[in-house]
Amino acid sequence: MNDAAIIADRVTVIREKNLALNDVSFAITPGKITGLIGPSGSGKTTLMRAIIGAQRISSGKLTVLGRPSGSLELRSRIGYVSQSPAVYADLTVRENLHYFGTIMGVSSRETQKTIRQVDLMPQIDQMAQSLSGGQLARLSLAVALLGGAELLVLDEPTVGLDPVLRRDLWSLFRGLSAEGRTLLISSHVMDEAEQCPELLLLREGRVLLHGTKQQLFKDTRTTSVEAAFLTLVEGGAA
Amino acid sequence: MNFRMTFATAARVLRQLHHDKRTIALLFVIPCLLLGLLSWIYEGGFIFDRIGAPLLGVFPFLMMFVVTSVTTLRERTSGTLERLLAMPVGKLDILLGYAFAFGLLAILQSLIVSTLAVYVYDLDVAGPQWFLILIALSNALLGTALGLGASALARTEFQAVQFMPAFVLPQALLCGLIMPIEQLPSILEVIARVLPLTYAIEAMQLVTTEMTPSAEALQDVGIVFGFTVAAILIGAATLRRQTK
Repeated sequence: MNDAAIIADRVTVIREKNLALNDVSFAITPGKITGLIGPSGSGKTTLMRAIIGAQRISSGKLTVLGRPSGSLELRSRIGYVSQSPAVYADLTVRENLHYFGTIMGVSSRETQKTIRQVDLMPQIDQMAQSLSGGQLARLSLAVALLGGAELLVLDEPTVGLDPVLRRDLWSLFRGLSAEGRTLLISSHVMDEAEQCPELLLLREGRVLLHGTKQQLFKDTRTTSVEAAFLTLVEGGAA
Repeated sequence: MNFRMTFATAARVLRQLHHDKRTIALLFVIPCLLLGLLSWIYEGGFIFDRIGAPLLGVFPFLMMFVVTSVTTLRERTSGTLERLLAMPVGKLDILLGYAFAFGLLAILQSLIVSTLAVYVYDLDVAGPQWFLILIALSNALLGTALGLGASALARTEFQAVQFMPAFVLPQALLCGLIMPIEQLPSILEVIARVLPLTYAIEAMQLVTTEMTPSAEALQDVGIVFGFTVAAILIGAATLRRQTK
C-alpha cells in the first residue's frame, strides 16, 4: 500500500458550499493505467486538480508519489492535461513546447523527441490556433510529457476525437505505461473504460468502486463497464 | 527568482506579440498620431509644450495597462496559467517576465514617440531625452503592474477593458494635467497625492523646464517605481496555485 502512486485517505473537498468530493479513499497502482470513470459533475476534475495540487482539500489526506499533494517537489514529477487544451493559441507548436520545455528544464533534443512522440512533426511551425482538435489535444499532451513525469494526470484527453485518433492515443498511453509511468485518465464515456486495466468509478463525489476490470465484472456479474456501473448505482439505491 | 525562466517568459510574451503585427503597429502608431493631432490643435505653441510632455508619459501607461490586463486575463482563462503554476516556476518569474517584455516595448515606444515629438512636432523640452524615456518607462511599468492587478479582478475580457476607465481615468483627471493639484479642493488634493500618475506627470512637467533633472524630478520617478514594485507584489499574491 505504501508504494502506491496515489493514496487518498478520506479526502473531502467542499467547493462553494458544494460537496465536490465526499470521503474518498483509494490507492492507485504505480505503472498502470487507471481509468477515472464517472458522469459529468461526479467530481473527476476536482479529484484530478487535488492530485496535481491545484485544488485545496477540505479534510483527509492525499499522498502523491510519497509526498503530500501540492508539494513543491511534485511539480516536476507530475504531468497534467486539463480538459481544455492549455497551450498558447498565438504561438506555434515549436514555440509552445520550447517555452514549457525551458520551464521544465528540458533540453531542446528532448523537446524534439516529445514532438515526434505525439506525431506533430508535420505541424511543428503551425500556429496552435490553426490546429485541429486532435492535434491540439496532442500538443497539450506533449507539454505534460516534457520532463519525463512519473505520473500523468489526463482529464478527458480523448473526448470529441475521431475513433482512429482515439485508438492512436490509447496506444500512446499504453506505450507510456510500458515505460513504467503511472497514468490516471478520466472519461465520462463508459466504453473508454474498457481500455483501462484498473478502474475507479466515481459518482456524486463518492467512489462507487475501485479495482481491476475483471474484478468489477465478476462482482457485478456483467460484461461491460456500462452495465456494471448501472448495477452498482441501482444496487446502491435499493 | 530564476533568470532563465524570467527571460523565457519575457521571450514567450514577445513572441506572442510578434505573431500579432497589428497590435504592435497600433502600439507604436497611435501615440504618434495622437501627439500629432494635439500639436495641430494648438498649432505648436506653449500649451502644446505644457501638456505634450505629460502626455508622453500617459500614453505608455494607458496602453500597457490595456495590453497587460487582457494578455494576463487570457492566460488565466485559457488554463495556461494554471498549467504554469503546476510546474516548477516561481510566480515572480512569470510576473517579471511580463514586466521585462512590456518594459522593452515601452522603451521602444517612448523612443519613437519622444523623438517624433521633439524633432518633428517641435515639442520644447529643456531636459535630456533619456530622462523623458526613463519617465515613460516608469509609467509603462506602472501600467503593466496595475494591469496585472486588474486582470485578477476581471472575469472576462470585457470587464478587463472596463477596468481601464476605472483605474486610469480618475488618475488622469486628478494628476495635475487638467488642473494644477495645488488648486484642487483640499480632499481631492490629498487623494491626488496618493495616486502614482500624479508623480509621473509632475516629473514630466519638470523635465520640460529643467536642463538637468532636479532631485525633485528624480524623487518623483523613484515614487512611480515604488508604486510599481508594490503593485507587482500584490499581483503575485493574486496568482494562486490552489483554489479553495
